[in-house]
Amino acid sequence: MASGGGGEIHRAQYLPGDPRLPEGRPTSRILAPLRAEGARGVALAVMSTVVVLGLLAWFVVRSENWPVVREAFFNWTEFKDTFPEIVRRFGRNVQFFLIAEVFILALALLLAVMRSLPGPVFFPIRVMSIVYTDLFRGVPTVLIVYLLAFGVPSLRLPGVPNDPAFWAVIALILSYSAYVSEVYRAGIESVHPSQVAAARSLGLTRWTTLRHVVIPQAVRRVIPPLLNDFVALQKDTALIAFVVAVPEAFKMAQIQVAADFNYTPLLGAALLFLLITVPLTRTVDWLIGRERGRRQGGGGL
Amino acid sequence: MSLSTANGSAVRLEGVHKSFGKLEVLKGIDLAVAEHEVICLIGASGSGKSTLLRCVNLIEPVDAGRIVVHREEITAVGVDVNRIRRSIGIVFQSFNLFPHMTVLRNITLAPQKALKLSKAEAEARAIELLERFGLADKRNEYPDRLSGGQQQRAAIVRALAMQPDIMLLDEVTSALDPELVAEVLNVIRELAAGGMTMLIATHEMGFARDIASRVCFLDAGVILEEGPPAQIFSAPREARTQRFLQSIIEAGRM
Repeated sequence: MASGGGGEIHRAQYLPGDPRLPEGRPTSRILAPLRAEGARGVALAVMSTVVVLGLLAWFVVRSENWPVVREAFFNWTEFKDTFPEIVRRFGRNVQFFLIAEVFILALALLLAVMRSLPGPVFFPIRVMSIVYTDLFRGVPTVLIVYLLAFGVPSLRLPGVPNDPAFWAVIALILSYSAYVSEVYRAGIESVHPSQVAAARSLGLTRWTTLRHVVIPQAVRRVIPPLLNDFVALQKDTALIAFVVAVPEAFKMAQIQVAADFNYTPLLGAALLFLLITVPLTRTVDWLIGRERGRRQGGGGL
Repeated sequence: MSLSTANGSAVRLEGVHKSFGKLEVLKGIDLAVAEHEVICLIGASGSGKSTLLRCVNLIEPVDAGRIVVHREEITAVGVDVNRIRRSIGIVFQSFNLFPHMTVLRNITLAPQKALKLSKAEAEARAIELLERFGLADKRNEYPDRLSGGQQQRAAIVRALAMQPDIMLLDEVTSALDPELVAEVLNVIRELAAGGMTMLIATHEMGFARDIASRVCFLDAGVILEEGPPAQIFSAPREARTQRFLQSIIEAGRM
């Protein structure tokens, strides 16, 4: 991290994800203390980790029921037999996730823009956005999935798809848009009013100002929290398991658990979610750390 | 798009009042700016200089009084503010360049979107201005790669690219390191020499004395005293003007 000070008035305005950012070495708050301590620090960290994990393992393994649990949850043969099928089904989770995410990003931005419109004329639009956000943030996502996936198809509306999976994805879109719109709104409000004044003073309309000046800066600023919601959404695609016949990873794992009376497939499914969510989470941390370093370091040229 | 104003003023303020909440910042400003005139507004912080300029650009709506630009009352109800602002450029103390755009894009955005110029026309216009003000090699840089002086010159170019009739400069050198002030002042001198009508809020008294056709001393929301720079700076009539100038001299800024 660059040394502080500089006291410059015109802070560099790089944002996370900005391609102009110089390739700085992101500092990890987990590993940084080790670097500072040198070889002795590393040795101490390794020893303490071994001791702690060893104690934990001993504590678990010495349990009377451990052989039973090991057989039920950590059965290697079962894992080998079921994992490939779960991997195959996991493609469906990724597919749900990607489709939903595209619509969420668009709908949430629309909601955030609606809410940021100023003046008395736009009052009803602001209220609509607020009511929407309050409703969908206030109800558990799993409930919305149930209500839509079972409720809408049973209406038998002509011309409306009656596939529960379709409505489950819609439910995820509606629910997550409410959360993501708040993220966008924070970004929009973080753009300094002087930017709007500068744009409007040039004769740009409110819309052009929003489109070319406010939203691009707002979105760049909220990329880390947006990614956080990506992580949550990726996990919540498992909710679809509760309502669909065509299995995704979690549902497939449940089916196999029921077939073999063994819980190992669930761990396989968990492993797959981790494969996606952990790298995403690390990326978020890295982006946030880089942003913090830039702010504190005074971001030299 | 300059209109003929043979016997009119470029800008005329009549009894302009502006309050922020309970704080009355402008308490009845009357001011007429002739075509090609350069008016310097001086006065302590909080005397209303910036607010006055922001009212002329319609960034702040006035509470009472009117502002007439080229015989059109711009403070009237139902006026297209975007059209008015296109012909009145304003430059801010803190530059307010768009940090996510290159210098060139900063300058071409408004001509393309508000004047509907083609990209090629807008860029040609921008590059001509950038060359004139010594920034041609910075056109593909982002604002935060530029020095404060370069940023402020880019902001001036951004306003000029709209080919305004009037320029409003709001303490454009106040945020700059001392060694960067001159390059910005030289740009303004060049604009004045070219006949640009300007309203300049400034703390640079030496500069005001050089460039102004008239100096207005603002105090507590009114124009307390106005006149040619020689008179204001050498023989101010009002006691408050004298005190203000005395404090400037003591601060070593004149």
